[in-house]
Formats: sequence, structure tokens, C-alpha cells
Amino acid sequence: MLKLKSWRSVVAGLGVVAMAMALSYGAVRADGHEKLKVGFVYVSPIGDAGWTFQHDLGRKAIEEKFGDKVATTYVESVAEGPDAERVIRQLAADGNQLIFTTSFGYMNPTIKVAKQFPKVTFAHSSGYKRADNVSTYLARFYEGRYLAGIIAGKMTKSNTLGYVAAFPIPEVVRGINAFARGVRSVNPDAQVRVVWVSSWYDPGKEREAAETLIAQGADVLMQHTDSTAVVQAAQDRGVFAVGYHSDMSKYGPKAHLTASTHVWDQFYIDKVQAVIDGTAKSDDTWGGLGAGMVQMSPLGDMVPEDVRKLVEAARGEIAAGNLHPFAGPVLDNKGETKVPEGQNITDKGLLTMQFYVDGVVGDLPK
Amino acid sequence: MLLRLEPRQFTSKRMQYASPLIAAVLTLIAGVILFSALGTNPMVALHTFFVRPLTSLYGVGEWALKATPLLLCAVGLSVGFRGNVWNIGAEGQLTMGAVCGGGIALAFWGDEGPWLLPLMLFAGILGGMAWGAIPSFLKNRFNANEILTSLMLSYVAIQILGYLVHGPWRDPEGFNFPQTRIFGDDGIMPVLIEGTRFHLGVPIALVFLVIVWVFMSWTFQGFKVQVAGQAPAAAAYAGYSRKRVVLLSFLISGGLAGLAGIAEVSGTITQLQPIISPGYGFAAIIVAFLGRLHPFGILLASLLMSLMYLGGEQLQIHLNLPLAVTGVFQGLLLFFVLGSDVLVRYRIRLVAQPKEA
Repeated sequence: MLKLKSWRSVVAGLGVVAMAMALSYGAVRADGHEKLKVGFVYVSPIGDAGWTFQHDLGRKAIEEKFGDKVATTYVESVAEGPDAERVIRQLAADGNQLIFTTSFGYMNPTIKVAKQFPKVTFAHSSGYKRADNVSTYLARFYEGRYLAGIIAGKMTKSNTLGYVAAFPIPEVVRGINAFARGVRSVNPDAQVRVVWVSSWYDPGKEREAAETLIAQGADVLMQHTDSTAVVQAAQDRGVFAVGYHSDMSKYGPKAHLTASTHVWDQFYIDKVQAVIDGTAKSDDTWGGLGAGMVQMSPLGDMVPEDVRKLVEAARGEIAAGNLHPFAGPVLDNKGETKVPEGQNITDKGLLTMQFYVDGVVGDLPK
Repeated sequence: MLLRLEPRQFTSKRMQYASPLIAAVLTLIAGVILFSALGTNPMVALHTFFVRPLTSLYGVGEWALKATPLLLCAVGLSVGFRGNVWNIGAEGQLTMGAVCGGGIALAFWGDEGPWLLPLMLFAGILGGMAWGAIPSFLKNRFNANEILTSLMLSYVAIQILGYLVHGPWRDPEGFNFPQTRIFGDDGIMPVLIEGTRFHLGVPIALVFLVIVWVFMSWTFQGFKVQVAGQAPAAAAYAGYSRKRVVLLSFLISGGLAGLAGIAEVSGTITQLQPIISPGYGFAAIIVAFLGRLHPFGILLASLLMSLMYLGGEQLQIHLNLPLAVTGVFQGLLLFFVLGSDVLVRYRIRLVAQPKEA
């Protein structure tokens, strides 16, 4: 039991704390100068690799480039619901002039908050709704998938390729199909098998899915999930893997053929510059290999010289706009023609893709 | 030597009231140490965490908003916990409430009226009740452990929601993304204070809080639940039906969790999407115990918990502290509050390790 005397000191201590708080708060408010404040909302922790990690590299690129002229702020692990609206609003109310919201589920909250803060510039990644002060941006990840498919199609001995995928939304389906088309462009006999894990980030399930695919004979694994579990599984079981989002070679140096990585640096720098110059406008950015928003990480030593040349040639053709991963004819895996010969798929077709192309085994979950 | 927790024969009333204060002081001290070690001014950090979220009307509205689902779930759970019925699946019941209520909004999309919102709330409560009724049936009929069944059914509920928003309920104009249409205006909770998100769901939750308090403190059924928890043998001797207590507890907690789900969906999200709740149903278990299973204690506990979430965001936004640090601080706070509560009622005894036979 505490004695009366010690109670008094506790109360006194609390008083001191409260006073000090009041004083220091004043000090913080006094220190305010004219920097462009840029806010980021992340859906997961930054971690060492993955979707959010790449966005955070972009944030660091801004700081590096603009130095004193900008101050960046980020909030990690913001749930895609009511919390997102509050966080975005607080960033805007706190004086951030440019706010990047980096997950699909932030679309409606971003639009709502943007209405209340017409002078703030917003950029939302992976959605389709825009407003006068809301831009959208994404990268043509499928171009990297196609190149990964070329490497995988050349490296496989079993002609079975495994794909660990999160959710059957168009973005993911597009990646699977682009991969399969890359594979088939160099190896018409190979097949892609898909396992869905119903999660963007679940190392346990991703590992299980990878093991399942290996048991089905897959000797090159591809992933559309956020953890490094697939690359690690490939390393442990002596098969190959292609990383995603980030260079994952350190998690499986013997397995890692390459990774299709996201590079937001230049896009973020351009956007910040536009806001500084007062020229920012609402637009939609969807850049790929050509714009450098998708880049392949260095190929592993196991990739032979002829394959390297093949990939580099295809990369150049796609970047120059001469080769489209979905150039017709595109058949679905039931034999129906989706894009006729002589045409490329439209952006709308890419954005709503809900079928498997020829070369992918099974039915797309509905 | 072994450490053992032993119930105190006499629990000091004064210490019961003092324990939250002791916890507060310990938290402040730990906060000062933690933030100083990180090179942040601890006074600024503590102020940012506890005070800054509430310095605007909008912030106060958010405080109430974030506390509401926790409050509803925890008040419901406390009924069962008092009656020795362990519903761990409020998250699932919340999800089913959102699914059923949201389903009504979608079914009448484009063809609605002022009757829609009450109907949605009713459907949400029924959905949560129905989902809660399953573990109670399994318990009463097959004596299946309700902790396991209610927990597992949470994951089932989340998968059902996922199936619906990825499949049949997907927004036809939504580029195949997994989300439903946005509800019509009549399916959205009216905002009560201009400039905030403070909506009708908050006072509704308070009404239910009072109802549960009256039920537990003043009705015979509530008394039976309490006896079932505190003295199961006496309850059996008095002829109180154990099965009825189990069913009732699950219907109340399931219904309130369902209401939390539909209030969340119709109040702030305004559509169904794969994730409705960032774990309110599970956090509510902590809130229930933090509030000592009493409705008004739970009100305070849910406000504290809500402030912790808001404060964590503020630390990130204003002081650029990483999420992990705010998580550590939130954990410390809970540790001290629950720890001092335990030590008021129990004491730690050192006992000699029993010799191996």
C-alpha cells in the first residue's frame, strides 16, 4: 500500500508533466517554415521488401532530390476502411500539400477527402476514380511479367510453372496471363499452374502454396503476393523463382532468377516538382518498362547468355512500343478468341481482364 | 522457485479505484523513457498521443466513432463473460451483421426510402444473432467448446464476405474490383454534427449500452446469467437452465456485434469490401476486461482504446515515429492497466518447486 506522502509526490509529478507538455507544445508550434509537405499513406508496414517498401523508396527519392525543400510524412498499416479517410484527412489538415494514397481500398476515402480540401493535390495508386485534384497512377507490371515469363519458359525443365496469387482481380489475372504469354513465346509446351492464397501477405500460406506447386512438378515459381516466402521455399527445395515488387535475391540467391520490381522514384519526383511549380493537374499515369516504372532486377548467375540476350531484346521492343504482351491473337484457355490478330488489347480490356489465356491451367475463380 | 498468482482475501476498494491511476503514471514514466531513448521530446510525444487527437471537433467525433464498434462488441461479450460463456467470435458476428444489413442496402439499391436504414440495422442485428446462435447450438446440443467454434466461425464469415464482394455482389461498374456499389443515400447513417463523421450509430450504441446495463443489473434473467458465472453449482441447484444462459449470451453478444458491423458499414464505409473491421471483434475482448465487464467501465475502456489508435496515428503523422514504436507504446499502456488490475486482486507468491516424485 502506498503511503500518503508518496501519493503527494505522484500528484506533483503529474502536474510537472502536464506543465512541461503545455510548454513544449508551444515550442513545436513556433517552429514552422515553408517546406512543401508531402504525405504518404501505406497499407502495410514498410518492412524489407514488397509493395509498400517500394513506395517508401520513392518517398526517400523525393527527400534525396529536394532536400530542405520538402518534408515527407508517412503512416503505415492504415486499414482500408474508415481509418483511411481519417488518416488522409489529417494529413491534409496538417498542411500536406501533396498526398499519395498507395492502395486500392483508399480510392473512395481519397475522393471524399479531396472534395473537402480542393487546394491539396492527391494521387491515388491503382484505382479508377479521378477528380480535379485527384490523379491516379499505376505501372504496367504485366510488361515485367512477360519478361519473367520468357526467362521462366527458357529455364524450366519440367515445362510446369507455378504461380502463387493473392486474389482473382484483374490486376493479378493480367499478371498471370502476361507471364503465361511470355512463357509460351519461347516454350509452346509449358503450362502455368496457379494457387490462390486469398491474402496479399501471409508467409505461411504463400509457403504452403509454393510447396504445393513444387509437388505438382513446378520448377520455376512466380508470385503475386507480398512476402518473400515463395523465393525462400524455392531456395530450400532447389527450384527457381522470380521475385516481385522488390529485388528478393538475398532471400534465395540460388533460386532468384530476377524480380519484376516497381520503381516509383521518378513519378514521385515529377509530381512533387509539378506541385512546386504550380502545374500539377489531374491525370492518369500508367507507365511500364519504357518509363522505367517497371524494372527487372539483375539476372542471377544461373541465367545463360542466350536467355539474357533474348530478354534484353524483348525489353527493348516493349519499351519502344513495338511489342505488346497482349498483341493479338489472344486466345483464352478454352480456345475462344479475345483479341483478334493484328490488334493489341485495349487498356479497358487490360483493366477488366477476367479470363485465363491459353497456357494457364484451370478455371478462374468467379 | 515458482511464481504463483494467488487471489487476495481482501481486495482494497481504494486500490481498485487507484489502479487505473497507477497504470497511468507508470505509462507516462515508461513513455518518457521510451521516447527519450528514441531522441524524441517525450513531453511532445505524450501530448501528441493523448491530447492532440482531441484538439478539434472533428477529432472528438473520430474518437467517438472509433470507440463505437468496440463498445458494442465489448458490451455484448461482457454479458457472456459474466455468465461463463466464452464468445471469441464477435469479429465473425460483426462481419455477418455487415453482410446481412449491407445485403439489404444492395437489394433495394435504386428503389429505396426512409424505411431502408432501420431495416438494414434490424437485418444486421439478426445476422449477428444468427451467426452467434450457431456456436450456442453446438454447445448446447453437442457440448462443443464455444471458444473454438465461435473463433473458427469468424474466419468462415470473413470468407463469405470475401466470396460475395469478389463474386455476386461486385459493383457492375467497378472494373471487377472486389467491392460492392456504394449504398444509396437512404442506406447511409445521417451525420449528426456538421464537419465531422459523428453519425447516428454512436447514440444508438449508447442506448444499447444502457439497455444491457438495465438487463444485467435489474432483471431476473440478468441475475440468472450472473449466478451462472459466479456460482454454477448454485445456478444448477436453483434450476436455472444453463442452456438458456448460453443461448441468451450468444444472442445478445452476436446481435450487438452485428449492429456494430452494420453501423460501421452504413456509417463510414458506405459499401461492402473484403475487409470491414481491423479486428474490432477481437480487440473488444480486451476492452471488455479492461472495463471490468461492467457496461460503464467498458464505455471508458473503449474510449481509451480508441484514443490509443488515434494517438498512434498522430505520432506517425506529426513526429514521424514508425508504426512499431506506437505499437510498443500502446502495448505498454495495456500492460500497465491490465497488470495493475490483476495485482489489485491477486498477489504474487514465491513457492518452492515441488520435488519430482
